[in-house]
Amino acid sequence: MKPLLTPRNAVVAAVIAVLVLLPLYTGATGNTFLLTLFTRIVILAIAAVSLNLIMGFGGMVSFGHAAYLGIGGYVVGILAKEGVDSGFVQWPLALVLSGLFALAVGALSLRTRGVYFIMITLAFAQVAYYVANGLDRYGGDDGLTIQRRSDFGALIDLSNRTAFYYLCLAVLLATLYLVWRIVNSRFGMVIQGARSNERRMRAIGFPTFRYKLVCFVIAGVLCGLAGVLLANHTNFISPALMHWTRSGDLIVMAVMGGMGSVFGPVIGAITLLVLEEALPHLIGVATWVATGKEIAAVKEYWQLILGPMLLLIVLFARGGIDGLLTGLRRG
Amino acid sequence: MADALLKIEGLTKRFGGVVASDNIALEVYRDELHAVIGPNGAGKTTLIGQLTGEILPNAGRIFFNGTDITGMPVHARSALGLARSFQITSLFLDFTALDNVALAVQAHAGHSFRFWRNARRDERLREPALVSLARVGLRERADVIVRNLSHGEQRQLEIAMALATKPRLLLLDEPMAGMGPEESARMVETLRELKRELPILLIEHDMEAVFALADRITVLVYGRVIATGIPEVIRANAEVRSAYLGEEEEEEIRA
Repeated sequence: MKPLLTPRNAVVAAVIAVLVLLPLYTGATGNTFLLTLFTRIVILAIAAVSLNLIMGFGGMVSFGHAAYLGIGGYVVGILAKEGVDSGFVQWPLALVLSGLFALAVGALSLRTRGVYFIMITLAFAQVAYYVANGLDRYGGDDGLTIQRRSDFGALIDLSNRTAFYYLCLAVLLATLYLVWRIVNSRFGMVIQGARSNERRMRAIGFPTFRYKLVCFVIAGVLCGLAGVLLANHTNFISPALMHWTRSGDLIVMAVMGGMGSVFGPVIGAITLLVLEEALPHLIGVATWVATGKEIAAVKEYWQLILGPMLLLIVLFARGGIDGLLTGLRRG
Repeated sequence: MADALLKIEGLTKRFGGVVASDNIALEVYRDELHAVIGPNGAGKTTLIGQLTGEILPNAGRIFFNGTDITGMPVHARSALGLARSFQITSLFLDFTALDNVALAVQAHAGHSFRFWRNARRDERLREPALVSLARVGLRERADVIVRNLSHGEQRQLEIAMALATKPRLLLLDEPMAGMGPEESARMVETLRELKRELPILLIEHDMEAVFALADRITVLVYGRVIATGIPEVIRANAEVRSAYLGEEEEEEIRA
């Protein structure tokens, strides 16, 4: 058996502990910015974990995964605008529509592979993006403000920041557990076998297409749930939810965190989003130390630092940050 | 003969102007190791592709165990008990040897829409997989990542995976390809054991191995069957000697 206490597992445990305890700190200090940031991180981590189920384990590099964020978000936004606030209606409908969209995209795209697969998933997401752009009643490209968060009656009040954060965290942990069960199950072995050598999978008797399609739908539904949470978090939806750069962000999270593990994308989501916030400040401080002046404009260049960091991880740490941590055991 | 497990009739496959399979007729009996030999470009790989379903013929029929499988998809043929090994080793390189064989077991243990139980701890998959590994002498190497196995071991693993699908017929596509003499000898021993239990259709370049193992031999030249018979008859056949064995001798002289 593998040893349980490794540097990598210690980091995972520490990350989960920080996520669980965070509201205590933000509550005590009144730092709502941090709680808002981490709510967003947790939600996008759900999306990244769902993407990694198909990308890291199934070898299906979807460049349109943000479409499900949009579908989940728009179902909540449109229903709210039409006066249907109940989460018991909004949420199941969002998941069903995300699943159906995934079924349609998967049924076509999974017949191709490689670059063609990437392009078809991207094309579908772009279609969803432009459809949202055209929904004038729901704000068109300006987006739509959601007046009321999903209503679950006495069950949970989503407008309570802390309660909402814990709900998102519970969904993330449940998603991690679910994906972990799936990838280690017989179904998961088929998915990973198809990534490794699909031709051989068919030769030993697996109709791989239907397994990949089901996996694709599961990932779509999970990401649709992230979209529902995101719309409730920001109280706002717009086509930008499913812009292709957002799909790219999700890929970056998975790659940077580590595609080889279920937890990797969580590390990637935290790293990417915290860097996005922290790098401009760090640059500001660094220029102030170097020149003695505040130069606001240099903060714009934070991506100049993020880009090479990503490049280094991709080039030298194929398993992402999680892979680096796992390697520590041997080193 | 009514007892043929695999029966091929009038199989024809054209690629543009090239006739890769020219009206091939061939039968594999239930108790034999049948070898197909032929010089490079004779259409051996095209033939096995049509048997497994990766290539569809232009004409002709293939019967397996009495069922017409001519248009059947690859995975369905495997489910009927037609198992193949690949000429170029085609394994799950990032899995352990045991995981490779366990997947093959799983392929024939009902559907795999099972999302919850840990497959790596499932004795119903592990036990038969270990038995198959033992049959090819890889029991001790079960937990090694396949990438780190030697070439010979990978070829043995190919056979173990084919065995794990509980086949009625084993299709072996050049199992000795790229092997040294020692590894070849070991493979011949493995196949000698297997042929007692299973009918085998062996496509092979290694003449020594073919004549050591085969009950009957079919010779393919330019997509056409020029002779079928027991090894002694094939060895004595003048047409075969000029078409194939002669070339082999030349190769030996050059080498």
